[in-house]
Amino acid sequence: MITVESLSKSYGSFTAVDDVSFTALPGRVTGFLGPNGAGKSTTMRVMVGLTDPGHGEIRVLGRRFAELPDPGREVGVLLDASAQHAGRTGREILTIAALTMGLPRTRVDEMLERVSLTPDEASRRVRNYSLGMRQRLGIGTALLGNPEVLILDEPANGLDPAGIRWMRDLLRGFADEGGTVLLSSHLLHEIEVIADDLVVIGNGRIVAQGTKEELLAGAGTLVRSTDGTALAAALQAAGITARPTSGGAVLAEADLARVGQAAFAAGIAVTELRAADGAGLEEMFLALTAESQRDTVTTTATQGAAA
Amino acid sequence: MSTTATTTTTDPTGTPTEPTGTAAGAATGRRAPAVRTRPAPARTPFRRVQYVELRKMFDTRSGFWLMASIVITSTVATVITLLVGDRDDLTYESFAAAIGSPMSVILPVIGVLAVTSEWSQRTTLTTFTLVPGRSRVLAAKLLNTLLIGAAGMVVALGVGALGNLITSLITGNDAVWGISVADVAQIVLANELGMLLGFALGLLFRSSPAAIVGYFVVNLVLPGLSGALAAAQDWWADNAGWFDINESRFLLFDSHLTGQDWAQLGVTSLLWIVLPLLVGTRLVLRSEVK
Repeated sequence: MITVESLSKSYGSFTAVDDVSFTALPGRVTGFLGPNGAGKSTTMRVMVGLTDPGHGEIRVLGRRFAELPDPGREVGVLLDASAQHAGRTGREILTIAALTMGLPRTRVDEMLERVSLTPDEASRRVRNYSLGMRQRLGIGTALLGNPEVLILDEPANGLDPAGIRWMRDLLRGFADEGGTVLLSSHLLHEIEVIADDLVVIGNGRIVAQGTKEELLAGAGTLVRSTDGTALAAALQAAGITARPTSGGAVLAEADLARVGQAAFAAGIAVTELRAADGAGLEEMFLALTAESQRDTVTTTATQGAAA
Repeated sequence: MSTTATTTTTDPTGTPTEPTGTAAGAATGRRAPAVRTRPAPARTPFRRVQYVELRKMFDTRSGFWLMASIVITSTVATVITLLVGDRDDLTYESFAAAIGSPMSVILPVIGVLAVTSEWSQRTTLTTFTLVPGRSRVLAAKLLNTLLIGAAGMVVALGVGALGNLITSLITGNDAVWGISVADVAQIVLANELGMLLGFALGLLFRSSPAAIVGYFVVNLVLPGLSGALAAAQDWWADNAGWFDINESRFLLFDSHLTGQDWAQLGVTSLLWIVLPLLVGTRLVLRSEVK
C-alpha cells in the first residue's frame, strides 16, 4: 500500500503539490486523475524518492521509498517510458534491471513474453521503438521483480486499443492477486474503466477522492430531447438542478423517475433518458478541476461523453 | 491504515501470510489494508550495483566503441610510430609518448560520460528508482572509471610494448625500454587524475557537451592563460604551480617530480578534482531527477 500524508512541494513561489493526502490500498486499482500540470507526476516522483518532499511524507509498504532495501522487488515503477537509453536494446534494458535486482536471466525472457515483445523486437534498439513498445518495455521493467506495488505514470499513453485492453486486464489481475496499483492518467475513460478508487487532483490540491461508485453516484441523470435548453429550463422549473450540455442533452441532478416525470409534465418528448454514468466522471472531472483548467470549460465540453 | 485493523497475520514461523478478513473495510466497500504481505528482500549488494554500472558502460554502440577506441588508437599510434619514426632510435619511451596523447583525450571523456550519459539519456529515472542510494551508484561509477583507466592504460602500454618488440625484430637491435616501472606508474597516475577531473566535471554539469568542453578548457585553454599571466606577473610565475593543476600533472608524463612538485600536485588535485567531486556529488544527491 501507499500512504501519502499532507505532501506539499513548492518551487520558489509556485506550489506544485499542496497538502495532498491519500492512500492506495492493496487489492485495489487507484486512479490518480488530473489535468496536465496538476501535480500528478511531481507527487509520483516524490513517492519514489526522485524528488524531495518539501513537507509531508510518503510511505510505500510502510517505509519511505529510499529505505526499501531492494525497491525493484517490492515496487514496480514506470514514470516515463521514453526515459531509456536509445542505444540499448529492449532485452538489454530488462537485463540490466534483472541484474540490479539479482534475478535470473530467464526472467527477462518470461517478461518479454508477458509484455508481448517478440524476440526480434527485443533485440532492436529502443530508438527504433514506437511509444507503445516503449510502454510495454517499461511495464515489463516495472513487473520484472514481481513487486507488490505498481506506480505507473500515464502507462496507457501510446498504446493501441488492444494494448490498452491488455494493460487493463494485466493491472486488474495484479490487483486481484492482492497488489496495490496506482496509475495516473488524464485519459478519463481509461481510469473510469479500470480504477476502483479515484484521487482527483487539480492545481496541486486534491479535489475529490473515494471509490469510483461513491464519486459517480452524484453524477445524476442524462436526459435528451430535441431542444436541450427548453428541457433544462423545464427541469429547473420543476426544482431540479439541470444544465444543458450538447446535442440536446441535459445533465440533471435527480434520479431517472423524477427527471422523466418533470419532462413529461412539461410536455417535452424525451429521446434519451439514462443514468449519466458514461458522462459522469468526465463531467465531474471537468467541474472539479474547472478552476485549474487551462482551457475554458464550456457546455460543449461533454460532447464526447454525451455522444 | 490507522482507521482499519491491520490484517497481516503472522504464523508461528514468523512468515507473514496473505491478508485475511475483509469485514473491517466492508462498510466503505474497500478491503482492509495490509502493510506487507511478504518479507522484505535483502539489500542490493554493492557488487551488483558495480557490475551493472560497468555493463552499462559497454552495452551501447557508442559505449562499446569508446572503449574499443583505447585499443584502436593505441594500435594506430604504435603503427605510426613504427612506420615514421627513425627505427634505430626508437625506445619504449617513444611508444609510450605516442600512445599517451590519444589516451589523455579518450580516458577523461570516458570519465565524463560515465556520469553524464545517465542524464543525457534520462536513464537516472530507472537507475535511481532501482537503487535509491544515489551515493552507491556514484561510488560504483567512480570505481569503474578508475578500473577502466587502469585497464585501459595496461592495454595501451601493452600495445606499445608490442610495437617496441616488433621494432627490435625489424632492426635486429635489442629492444630498448628506457622507462622504469615508476615512470609507468606516473603516467598511469596522470591519466587517472585526468579521468577523475572528467568525472568531477561530469557530476558538476550533468551534461556531456558542457563537461567535455569544460575538461578541454581546463586542459588546453587554462595553461595558455596561466602562461600569459605568468609573463606579466612575477608572483604568478613563481606560484602558479600551487593553483594550476596542469603544471604538475603534465610533469608526471615525462619528468622526475621533486617534493615540491608532489605537494603542488596534491594541492591542485584538491582544488580541481576533490572540490568539484564533492560539490558535484552533493548536487547529484540533492537534485531532483526528472
